[in-house]
Amino acid sequence: MNDITPFTSRDWDSQPNYIDSGYKSTTLRGPTQPLVKIPTTLTEVTGPVFTPARATDLDADLTRNGRVNGEPLGERIIVTGRVLDEMGRPVRNSLVEVWQANSTGRYVHKVDQHDAPLDPNFYGAGRCATDENGVYRFKTIKPGAYPWGNHFNAWRPNHIHFSLFGAGIASRLVTQMYFPGDPLIPLDPIAQATPGEPLERLISKFSLDVTEEGYALGYVFDIVLRGPNATPMED
Amino acid sequence: MAGNNMLKQTPSQTVGPYFAYGLTPTQYGYSQLDSLVAPATPEEDTPGERITVIGQVLDGAGKPVDDAMIEIWQADAEGRYAHPSDPRGSNSPFQGFGRCGTGPDPMNRFRFDTIKPGAVEDGHAPHIAVLVFMRGMLLHAYTRLYFSDERDANAKDPVLSAVPADRRDTLIAQREETPSGTVYRFDIRMQGDKETVFFDV
Ligand SMILES: [Fe+2]
Repeated sequence: MNDITPFTSRDWDSQPNYIDSGYKSTTLRGPTQPLVKIPTTLTEVTGPVFTPARATDLDADLTRNGRVNGEPLGERIIVTGRVLDEMGRPVRNSLVEVWQANSTGRYVHKVDQHDAPLDPNFYGAGRCATDENGVYRFKTIKPGAYPWGNHFNAWRPNHIHFSLFGAGIASRLVTQMYFPGDPLIPLDPIAQATPGEPLERLISKFSLDVTEEGYALGYVFDIVLRGPNATPMED
Repeated sequence: MAGNNMLKQTPSQTVGPYFAYGLTPTQYGYSQLDSLVAPATPEEDTPGERITVIGQVLDGAGKPVDDAMIEIWQADAEGRYAHPSDPRGSNSPFQGFGRCGTGPDPMNRFRFDTIKPGAVEDGHAPHIAVLVFMRGMLLHAYTRLYFSDERDANAKDPVLSAVPADRRDTLIAQREETPSGTVYRFDIRMQGDKETVFFDV
C-alpha cells in the first residue's frame, strides 16, 4: 500500500498546547512528553463511515428533539456552516455532533451542579450529516453562560460543543463554537488557549441571510479539518 | 503543499465534562437520544477472535479519570478497514469504530468488546488506534494499542520502531485469559514515568 496520500500536518500554530497554565485541569491531564512523529499508514487516513440516514431531521432540531410538554425557553437560533478540508474541498456526508447548555446555562448532564434551572423541553444535544457541499445546519436555543471552578468568578462564554470526523481518523476534531461580541471570550482560558487570529476561527458570525424572518437569528460557523494533502510528499 | 491558498485549521477545544448525554448517551443512561456509536460490539456473524479491551485513564497523580472518552478505530480480522480509502474493502459487517466513556464503570474503566484486528499490511503488527478525550485536554491525544501476543510482528512494526525502545511497553496491551474470554488490559497514563506514548500523526 504505497499509494497512501498523507493528510496535511497538524498546524501547531492553530492548535492549543496540552499543558496550559491558564486552564488548571490541564496540569495533571495533558501529556508532558513530546509527541512521537510517525509515518502515515492506512490506519490514519481511514475512519468511521456513518450512514447519513442514521441522523434524522429531528436530531438536527434541538428546539424539538427534547420536547415533553411544550417549547423550550430561550432565543431560537440557526447555526449552519460548511465543513471543508485545508484544500477547500467539502467534507461530504460526515457526521457532525453538537451538545450545549440550555438558555439558563445548565446542561442536562447529571454531574452539572450549576444552580440554574433545567428546561424540561430542552435536551441540548443533536447531530446531522453534512451534505454534498459540506453544509450542516442545526436549529437550537442560544446557550447561556455558566460558571466553572477554574478560578474565582470564572464564567464560560456562550458556546456550543462540536464533534467532527472528516476524511480519516487523523482529521478528527472536537471543538467549541462561540458567539460574536461575547464579553467573556477575552476572559476565558479555554477560548484563549489559541489566542489571536486562530481564536477568531472559533467565533461564529451573525448572518442576516441565515436569519429567518419572524423565527430565529442565524449564525455561520465554518470548520476546517485536516485532509488528504493534494500533492505527494516530497521525501 | 498548496501554501498560501490553504485554509487554516479550526483549533481544537476540550470535550469538557458534559459530553456524555450527546456523544455516549446510551452508555450513560440518557434515554432521549440513542447512541450512534456503541463500544464496537461486533455482529454475531463478524469473523474474528472475540476480545475485550479494558483499561483506565490515569492522570498525573495516578488517579483514574472519571470523565474521559475513549474512541477506537481498527481493521477487521483480515486487516481491512471499512472505509473507501482501503481498496480491498471490508466485507464483514464490522464497522471498526467504538466509543466509551469512563464515567459509568465503578473503577472508571473503558471497555470495548470487539475482535482482534488482522495486520493491515505485511511487516506491520496488528493494532488499534486509540483517541483520548477529556476535560483538561484542549486537544485529544492519539495513540495505538498493540498486542502482547504479537511479539515478532511488534518487533518489525515501523510505527513501534519509531518509538524509543524504553517507552514501547506503554503501547502493548497485556493479554489475559479469563472465564469470560480473552481480555487485553491497556491503561493509558497521561503523565509520569510510564507516560503513554502519544503520536503526532
Ligand atoms: Fe460547555
